[in-house]
Amino acid sequence: MVASTSKFKYIVCDPELCIGCQLCEYVCSYTKTGEFNSYRSRIRTVRVDEVLITAVACRTCENAPCVAACTRNALTQDPESGIIRIDPAKCDGCAWCIEACDFGAITINHQTKLAEFCNQCEDVEGGPQCVLICPKDALEYTTPDQRSQRTRRKLVESSIEFPQKAKDPR
Amino acid sequence: MYGFSGKILHIDLSDHKHWVEEKPEEWYKLYIGGVAMATRLCWENIEVGCDPYDAGNPICIANGIFAGTPVPVGGKYGLASKSPLTGMIGDSLSGSWFCISMKRAQWDGIVIHNKSDKWIYLFIDDDRVEFLPADKLLGLGTFETEEAIREIFGDDQVRSATIGPAGENIVRFANVTNDGRQAGRTGHGAVWGSKMLKAVAIRGTNGVTVADPETLMKMSFDITEAAQGPHTEKYRIYGTSTNMLNMNKLGLLPTRNYQEGVFEFAELVSGEYLDEHHKVKVIACTQCPIACEQMSLVKKGPFEGAMTGIEYECLQAVSSNCGIDDMTAAIRLVDIADRAGMDAMSMGVTISYAMECFERGVLKKEDFKCEAAPEGIELNFGNGPGAVILAGMIRDKEGIGELLSEGTRRAAESIDKERNTESYKWAMNIKGLETPGYDARALKTFAVGLAVGTRGGCHNRSAAYDPDIKGQTNRFTVDETRGEVASRAEEYAAVYDTLPMCKFIRRCFTGKADRAGAWPTIANLINATTGWNFDYDDVDLIGVRAHTLKKAFNIREGWTEKDDDLPYRWKHDPMTKGPSAGHVVTDAELKYLKKIYYEAKGWTEEGLIPKKVLIDLGMDDIAEEIGV
Repeated sequence: MVASTSKFKYIVCDPELCIGCQLCEYVCSYTKTGEFNSYRSRIRTVRVDEVLITAVACRTCENAPCVAACTRNALTQDPESGIIRIDPAKCDGCAWCIEACDFGAITINHQTKLAEFCNQCEDVEGGPQCVLICPKDALEYTTPDQRSQRTRRKLVESSIEFPQKAKDPR
Repeated sequence: MYGFSGKILHIDLSDHKHWVEEKPEEWYKLYIGGVAMATRLCWENIEVGCDPYDAGNPICIANGIFAGTPVPVGGKYGLASKSPLTGMIGDSLSGSWFCISMKRAQWDGIVIHNKSDKWIYLFIDDDRVEFLPADKLLGLGTFETEEAIREIFGDDQVRSATIGPAGENIVRFANVTNDGRQAGRTGHGAVWGSKMLKAVAIRGTNGVTVADPETLMKMSFDITEAAQGPHTEKYRIYGTSTNMLNMNKLGLLPTRNYQEGVFEFAELVSGEYLDEHHKVKVIACTQCPIACEQMSLVKKGPFEGAMTGIEYECLQAVSSNCGIDDMTAAIRLVDIADRAGMDAMSMGVTISYAMECFERGVLKKEDFKCEAAPEGIELNFGNGPGAVILAGMIRDKEGIGELLSEGTRRAAESIDKERNTESYKWAMNIKGLETPGYDARALKTFAVGLAVGTRGGCHNRSAAYDPDIKGQTNRFTVDETRGEVASRAEEYAAVYDTLPMCKFIRRCFTGKADRAGAWPTIANLINATTGWNFDYDDVDLIGVRAHTLKKAFNIREGWTEKDDDLPYRWKHDPMTKGPSAGHVVTDAELKYLKKIYYEAKGWTEEGLIPKKVLIDLGMDDIAEEIGV
């Protein structure tokens, strides 16, 4: 998978933990539209085969290519959070942003014909709802730095064996 | 109306017409969805008395009430036709995306009538129906068919229910597969094959709305969290295959075609062994926070590359039941069944029947000649590679595979007639459906549950092994309580099968799986979805009505009390080893059990349903037709 260079927070899925239940999609579409509909979810599960399953949402790239690609200046990126915002008056659903996105994280709403993407539930209490429902904690709301720290720790834990200290430190 | 669209889609394969039938809310309150709605659609649309392969046998798909919402494990649908194996109701369930697409296309049910005269598949794109040529899909396995259809439409969200080569060849126990899940057991794949229908593909783009989304969301979050706890540990960690060692310990693990209940090599085909050596990943149906499907891979050896989800019922049927101690052969056998689209349980029990025929000299080595084994097969119990070849023969109807593809009942009838033998004595089926992975000789409540079962030898419809195994009843003896216990157990299961919800969630509502622990929460889920006002009693009645309806269907198709029977072996041959040795269900016991069961139901001595029982359940039109 292409790595994000982002310094912003984003929602990431661990394919080893993702079971493909799509509860993230149901909850996302409900949060954004009041209806349950995968087509309206801003996070999407990807099932390549029976076991290769994960979920993808906007990765808040730095200097986001979708913003640069927009011919009508409809997209802007929040300098603090990296969240992409859309001006519905300007967007004409041309889908250049979709072509610019390496992650397939943007969709065109088939009713409004406007671009849609994850905004990390910035207006919702509790933050990203998909992360809250994820039954296997496969989804994480994180930064690249947190991710790399965790990966280093996992690597060390799994590859170096030291005598374990007693379970009860007393 | 929330939760339903009120619309049933009718499709005629012979003249490529379709039409819409509208149903009133009251109809949905009676039949809800899943197996009950599917059976009801079958009741309304079948040509009574037809052969299962006749044009008059409809394919009836009924969605679930919770499909397409975040309600955990509610992403399931029911499928019903007259079963080619039993000639009675064939009601099956399957989970995952297919029914979500159907919900978003806003169809509560789909009824497919008549036959096509060339191979086709259907594409239901919201309210548009297309009849498309299936030539390019023929011969493809179930997974491949689904992928090929998605490729054609270029959309991941086109989800299909398909048949594989077994269904195309009309193997009598072929099934229908969607998204790697099977609507198993009763031979739906053969019905689809008889209609030259390769697949039903659906795309639905509409959002799903419910009456009280806030409550439904909160409940879904709570149940999702509870589903990560101890109540589902068995399913999440080893899957149901952990039953291999449990059943072996109780002497109930089908071994060598049910000759014994203990398998000396059980460790080698256990869920624990699978976990250590073969498990790749655990995956879920859509809408399921549990995830029980233990995807298992053969990493080396002659069956390298075989991969599928392994669970107890399929595993026991193809391993201990065939005397096979090689897990790689067992995985390959289930893999063949899943890809071919045939029922791994019926296939396993049919292979074990053939193995016993071979060991007893009824079938000879040369009877198993085929392209892969030109000299034939020494089909002793334990011959994994031989079983794998035979599974392929059954799928392709090659050589003796053609005879065996008819299932144990019909195969035994043909062989015994032709060779003057008595192989029916080890043909393990009830009403023609092969028996499940619990030996009923030493589970006497379950024995009656199976004997009276409306779809034959099925553990999913009668949950009566539970009280026997848990020790709530004395599993070795018969007493006057068992009719009631068996009756209540099947009606309990029918609630889940009708919503439908996967039964693995049953302890996650309150920690207790019994009616008092589950029904109030289920009533609240129904009410939040539909805006109805269901209570405990209404939920309980869902199961009673569903079961009674299936029985009514069977009566109209010619069921008589003689059909409620057990395989010869369970009545006459006791096991010789283990904690369940020495037991059989005698004819006298079975007769008594049936009598108290019919009494518990409020039915007549002949097992017929009084008019009043049907009218009290709101099924007046059925009372008119078959009530006594």
